[in-house]
Amino acid sequence: MRDAFVRKLTAEAETDPNVMLLVGDLGFGVVAAFGDAYPDQFLNCGVAEQSMVGIAAGLAAAGRRPFVYSISNFPSLRPLEQIRNDVCYHGLGVTIVAVGTGLAYGSLGYTHHGVEDMAILRTLPGMRVYTPADALECAAAVEQILADPSPAYLRLGKNTEPLMHAGQPDLSTGGPLLVREGSDVTVLVTGPIVVQALAVADLLESEGISVRVLSCPVVKPLNADGIRSAADGTVGIVTLEEHTVLGGFGSAVLEAFALRGWRTPIMPLGLADEATHIVGGQEWIRERAGLSTDHVRRSIETFTRRAS
Amino acid sequence: MTTELARRARISAVQMCSRSGASHIGSALSVIDILAVLYGDVADVDPHRTDDPSRDIVLVSKGHSASGVYAVMAHAGYFPLAWLDDYYLDDSHLGGHVTAHGIPGVELSTGALGHALPFGVGRALADAIDGIDRRVFVVMSDGECAEGSTWEAALMAAHRQLGNLTAIIDRNRLQILGGTEDVLGLEPFADKWRAFGWEVRDVDGHDHEALAEALRRRSGRPVAIIAQTIKGKGVDFMEDRVEWHTLVPNADHVTTALEQLQADASGGSGSDHA
Repeated sequence: MRDAFVRKLTAEAETDPNVMLLVGDLGFGVVAAFGDAYPDQFLNCGVAEQSMVGIAAGLAAAGRRPFVYSISNFPSLRPLEQIRNDVCYHGLGVTIVAVGTGLAYGSLGYTHHGVEDMAILRTLPGMRVYTPADALECAAAVEQILADPSPAYLRLGKNTEPLMHAGQPDLSTGGPLLVREGSDVTVLVTGPIVVQALAVADLLESEGISVRVLSCPVVKPLNADGIRSAADGTVGIVTLEEHTVLGGFGSAVLEAFALRGWRTPIMPLGLADEATHIVGGQEWIRERAGLSTDHVRRSIETFTRRAS
Repeated sequence: MTTELARRARISAVQMCSRSGASHIGSALSVIDILAVLYGDVADVDPHRTDDPSRDIVLVSKGHSASGVYAVMAHAGYFPLAWLDDYYLDDSHLGGHVTAHGIPGVELSTGALGHALPFGVGRALADAIDGIDRRVFVVMSDGECAEGSTWEAALMAAHRQLGNLTAIIDRNRLQILGGTEDVLGLEPFADKWRAFGWEVRDVDGHDHEALAEALRRRSGRPVAIIAQTIKGKGVDFMEDRVEWHTLVPNADHVTTALEQLQADASGGSGSDHA
């Protein structure tokens, strides 16, 4: 997905000289082509994320559209006050791009796990939040971000995620996007972990539970009406995210439905509220930190039976 | 001429902080001469063309000196003097830290420290790339030179040789709980900026001619002007006193302060917003 992001941004930079890529000395083998092609639109800010976001805000005030790129929490939590004060307070068109969020950098340890970022960044005023599941959603998200000169957070995986769509989806209404038809229960997913929802849906199919899977890359502004109608006819919604269950995507859906007085049963699935000490790759940690295939399957099964 | 702007701004700032119960009068009095020389003379800014794309950019990183910033700007004609009357109070235009929203001529909202230098680097960099000959001035406190973000930005400014960027540090040597050298020492301060690749100029931060000269002179590198100042400058019982970062002047303080500030007048009236 990071290659897809850089490809898409390179194409945008070709037609819009205001598009810039700022990196915090990360992206080996990925960002060099952008810098070679558009040296005046590329800046390696070094290992200095606070300064990088402040510089991006200054560039945005001068009319640029900077994308601030680093991995996991480095472009988000480290310079959080710069994002809040310099970018959001002034409503500037800076986009924070975090590659390898969730557990994508599993083996590198908890410092590199981006598992609280959505909860924190979605509370910032005017901040749009996107967690695409694949390269197609990523390209659509970049287009949506550039269509509006306001702050945005783009939360990416880092692998070659399987494509969920036949072509680039339309995110102008905020989604959600249907990736698997089903009639009993809706699983609403944000991000690359949608593949796990599809695997679980296959398992449950053999048990007689028909699972509808929706991908929802636009976390904020959340299209509550769209989610409600996309889940229509099923017993309720299970949300799934590679992120703590506290304050993230599932919380956003719960808030949106509660504020509207909708009584749709909703169950959020995500990571437990703990700093993991498990060593292992993304799949390994998922299986042991509250997002195992078996746990997700059983949770959806129980939820479906109770809500029916 | 800028000395009279500074004198009037000092009177207003003392009145503003007393009226509203606001802190930071010492910081305001410390920086007012720097601001008066910038807004009133050296910076290519004008209250009648605050949206002019070719204007110089003045950023005030020490947002807590808002009473001084707003007083200088109001007396320089950026917004009505009447706005100063309800500074910091409910429903005022002007809050306790420098805010860009709805205030003509303010380029950046500040309040948390260490934010304006990185932002200024971004603005200066955009101009450098575009070949626009415009200057970016960043007014900073010495206390905020403890912030890592300040030095991150200092590295980038030197790395890109941003000669269009000038930082002015209000070196009054006091912060909230004590002297800068007692809290977290900055010396050798000028050497630090030089080591980071900046050209350093040391000036008397209350000498308008010296400030103007140091500010006007261009360089091929980023310039750090270390303005040696006295916190609380102009009011004898506030000068170089750590407590006047925080204390609010009462009616007696104001009376004494205005006597001293009005006595400084070179033939001008010393009344309210004179």
